[in-house]
Amino acid sequence: MTQLPQSTDRKMGLVIDLDTCVGCHACVISCKGWNTENYGAPLSDQNPYGADPSGTFLNRVHSYEVQPPEGHAQLIHFPKSCLHCEDAPCVTVCPTGASYKRSEDGIVLVNESDCIGCGLCAWACPYGARELDLAEGVMKKCTLCVDRIYNDNLPEVDRVPSCVRTCPAGARHFGDLGDPDSAVSQLVAERGGMDLMPEMGTKPVNKYLPPRPKDRIEDQIDILAPLLAPVADEPKGFIAWLDKALEKL
Amino acid sequence: MIHQQPKLDTSPKVSDEVRKTTCYMCACRCGINVHMKNGKVAYIEGNRDHPVNKGVLCAKGSAGIMQVNAPSRLRAPLKRVGPRGSGEFQEITWDEALEIATGWLKPIRENDPSKLAFFTGRDQSQSFTSFWAQNFGTPNYAAHGGFCSVNMAAAGIYTMGGAFWEFGQPDWDHTKLFILFGVAEDHDSNPIKMGIGRIKARGARVVGVNPIRSGYNAVADDWYGITPGTDGLLILSLIHVLMKAGKIDLDYLARYTNAPCLVIENPGADDHGLLLRDADGKVQVIDRATGEPAPFDRPGVRPDLTGTHVQNGQTCHTVMHKTVNRYLSEEYTPEAVADRCGIPAARIRALAAEIARVAFDEAFEIEQEWTDFRGETHKVMKGRPVSFHSMRGISAHANGFQTCRALHLLQILLGTVEVPGGFRFKPPYPKPVEAHPKPHCKATPGAPLDGPHLGFVRGPEDLALKPDGSPARIDKAFTWENPMSSHGLMHMVISNAHAGDPYKIDTLFMYMANMSWNSTMNTRGVIDMLTDKDESGEYVIPRIIYSDAYSSEMVAYADLILPDTTYLERHDCISLLDRPICEADGAADAIRWPVIEPDRDVRGFQTVLVQLANKLKLPGFTDENGAAKYTDYADYIVNHQRKPGIGPLAGFRGAAGDKAGRGEVNPDQLDRYIANGGFFVEHVPDAARYYKPWNTAYQDWAVGMGLYDSPQPYLFQLYSEPMRRFQLAAEGHGERQPPDHLRARISQRLDPLPIWYETDQHGNEGFTVNALTQRPMAMYHSWGTQNAWLRQLHGRNPLYVPTKIMREQGLEDGDWARVTSPHGQIVVPVMEMAALNDNTVWTWNAIGKRKGAWALEPDAPEATKGFLLNHLIHELLPPKGDGLRWANSDPVTGQAAWFDLKVKIEKVAGPEEMTESQPAFDPIKSPVGTGPKTLAWKVGE
Repeated sequence: MTQLPQSTDRKMGLVIDLDTCVGCHACVISCKGWNTENYGAPLSDQNPYGADPSGTFLNRVHSYEVQPPEGHAQLIHFPKSCLHCEDAPCVTVCPTGASYKRSEDGIVLVNESDCIGCGLCAWACPYGARELDLAEGVMKKCTLCVDRIYNDNLPEVDRVPSCVRTCPAGARHFGDLGDPDSAVSQLVAERGGMDLMPEMGTKPVNKYLPPRPKDRIEDQIDILAPLLAPVADEPKGFIAWLDKALEKL
Repeated sequence: MIHQQPKLDTSPKVSDEVRKTTCYMCACRCGINVHMKNGKVAYIEGNRDHPVNKGVLCAKGSAGIMQVNAPSRLRAPLKRVGPRGSGEFQEITWDEALEIATGWLKPIRENDPSKLAFFTGRDQSQSFTSFWAQNFGTPNYAAHGGFCSVNMAAAGIYTMGGAFWEFGQPDWDHTKLFILFGVAEDHDSNPIKMGIGRIKARGARVVGVNPIRSGYNAVADDWYGITPGTDGLLILSLIHVLMKAGKIDLDYLARYTNAPCLVIENPGADDHGLLLRDADGKVQVIDRATGEPAPFDRPGVRPDLTGTHVQNGQTCHTVMHKTVNRYLSEEYTPEAVADRCGIPAARIRALAAEIARVAFDEAFEIEQEWTDFRGETHKVMKGRPVSFHSMRGISAHANGFQTCRALHLLQILLGTVEVPGGFRFKPPYPKPVEAHPKPHCKATPGAPLDGPHLGFVRGPEDLALKPDGSPARIDKAFTWENPMSSHGLMHMVISNAHAGDPYKIDTLFMYMANMSWNSTMNTRGVIDMLTDKDESGEYVIPRIIYSDAYSSEMVAYADLILPDTTYLERHDCISLLDRPICEADGAADAIRWPVIEPDRDVRGFQTVLVQLANKLKLPGFTDENGAAKYTDYADYIVNHQRKPGIGPLAGFRGAAGDKAGRGEVNPDQLDRYIANGGFFVEHVPDAARYYKPWNTAYQDWAVGMGLYDSPQPYLFQLYSEPMRRFQLAAEGHGERQPPDHLRARISQRLDPLPIWYETDQHGNEGFTVNALTQRPMAMYHSWGTQNAWLRQLHGRNPLYVPTKIMREQGLEDGDWARVTSPHGQIVVPVMEMAALNDNTVWTWNAIGKRKGAWALEPDAPEATKGFLLNHLIHELLPPKGDGLRWANSDPVTGQAAWFDLKVKIEKVAGPEEMTESQPAFDPIKSPVGTGPKTLAWKVGE
């Protein structure tokens, strides 16, 4: 019902490194703080001190256990926010034009004054990346901190989304994924960055870097075996070896 | 609808003002930018210039805004008017509160200062609070280190003059193999996350040794899911394999450690096993150039690792000789330890091989000339890019001290401490035991204590014993039961005070310590001790004063509440005299300052201590005429001098504010800190960056900064002589003798070379599963769960159970299980976790809350389904029938052995068949009510 732009000048987005994310939730709360105070209505909380507290978050970290066929189970931390899809179904489904994708940078936003809180966009999003704010009755989503990344009142180094600025492990990267020479595009190329659920046909801009293979230390044992060849079997022999080794120092 | 875009202001005003201070959402002490709008806190982000966090900030830090507006904040001083535990209080004025406290404390000080027990929990102002306690004159002072991680700190200092966390860090710039031991993710958490991110970005390998694969272990390239309490055994096996293969750094050992020092061989005599010394007291080595004994530090001496020396017809061998004999033993082969550690022998060998490969095949050099303490100049700094680090887990066992020693032995044998690529100290460390105080405990009515409470004993002569041999301290720190208890034993204070063992006290004064809930073992028992009355109807612990900023579970059990401020409403100093914020390349300290003023009748606890000191006319706080020297804590921070020219803050000293470390008082010092972003840093010169304990450039710089009074080069202590002195006492030598029932334990456990032993399993028959707790990265202690944003991340704490036990017990996610230990039982919800040691269960610590506390509603999940493992852990071991009380603590340091807990598990109900964890406690009456039903916290227009 709402049209997407024909194309966008840039494709601004996030690259999230699943090999490095320790699941600390720093990005979740930094996002909550910035976006409660800034763009649009505050992110509200219901029953904040009671049973079943629930609030609006634009970014959440989920944790999944993975059991490979061989070896130990693994725990993957998976941060998730709006992926600013090129073919964003949340925009096209919007009955009022409140949801839109910016032609200059591809950021998907909600114009809160036009949002009627019908929730169709949340149904349309295959990633569950939109949340209806219960206090305000409007749809909230990741803005890619559109009020930070061009903000002349911030030092240039701080013109990044708050989640990127705060991530202690450096697992979040921000840039133009439409430019193959950008640092984020290079990172995606080097590390085999992936789309989330490409089969949905949404063409997400955000990319995920997959975890590196784990628990391979024993695979090196053959090559490394000579490293551990004993210099002596008994303490007495070892002391004799020590003496000789010391002479060489 | 065709594509259309509204006009958007992409440059809105961010804030009216940024105030830079120091976070206190955990012990990390990051720098924060507090954005202010309309005089209120609008947003908190990390300070990019700050040495600790360099701009990043964790979830806790960003959620600080919800701490400052928390409905659980106490509002005014409270006087108890109902029975203890009832929560019946009356609000009083500060004048009245200070009068009451002074009325209790003054007679104690005049008659017997030891009747006050003053313990300060998660205190970050210990150099100040200890100064107060010392001037009061009580021997009974400590913070929470004894129940937290004294094994880690003390083992590090006794072995190499520093430890992990605030004491040191991996060389993140150069390390290629980072091995992280131990459960827990809190200490030094942002620096560790930043470091792991950096080394992974350049492809370095991260290995985690931890029963639980969460957090840092989730991103580790290799995970060793070790059986809890066996880390020391694994480490000694790695040492065995590496040593046998000759993969140890002989040059490093000969130059910088006591490996070449000679051990006196004189069986039956009182010097047997001590290090050979010359007339000046210098330890002796054999000089390879001459073959003769020489003092270790003589210019030009080349210490011989295999030297021998005949004295009184006996041949004295080196520490190296003893080390080789012990660790080449077959008892440490990977095959011998594999089953107990829960790790196959091949994987132990693979880890050893990787350590050997990186340490020796990838050794490198930094072009930087430096001169060592023997006067030898080295053209380069040699690097070994293997670094080790450890979290609390390995230390929270009754074999934790020796386990931490073993880890340090491993990294020293590899020559990877204080070298490029290895582990690096942060100023004021390295600092040998000799540069630390000894403990003091002599109380005199009306007078200060004879010196600092806490310190590092060198031998039995330094124990805190009375002339009759009984413990001088209420917590029995520095006694034969735990001789090297450098941080005290906070977890024994209430139990001992209640038992009147070693004596009764009058007033218990605590700060930031939730002793009636998650900060104690045996929670129910401790609540009973706090409320118990004697035959005359008086409380067994007669008076309790407590200071906290929040309505914690402990509030109801105190008689007088002194409400503290939040961290954004106060002055603090994170001092080089205490636990500073230094990085390996710089000495740094920081302040907090009131970026907002309290809207309640509360005062910073340290300021209240100054006011109490002035009323009590404590020396140190008042002059000879009784006039106050300091009006409040800020005044103390600026004007107090520990020694001439050295005060709580090292930066901007001197009349012009241009002196670092040493310098006269600068009245504008706090303003200079505020202008500088709340911190001060002085960088270590390039030639002083590595080899600090032996590097003359570092030693001279440290003296200039006031970290030492004179250069303090020293040797790493593979062999710990202080421990040997306690063994000699246990063998019958010396004036001070242990009681007979402790002789064997001291002989065995205070071995001067690292050992591993299974902890006391008495009473554990039938309890075979290890049970642990850790804190999530997004929470710290009890404070986090009241936080409206953080509790949405971690408001629930199921018991995580490995797949194997889930199947054996027929458990499904959400089922309720009874968890039983030799001490007690709980019934709690379970959740399966596969990435977990097969025989270990765990939960998040301190999520469970008591109904009525923390301004949470009574049906909050923390108060219904949340639970503590503390109910299963007793501060004493099960009775052995000998009539003695054996503490559940490390026999060397007294550290609380939280992680020695063994349990059994059985299903009791399905998910819907129960609604509350057991034991369920009665609600306590809240002094603050509960929080609002909705929150939309926007302070700007």
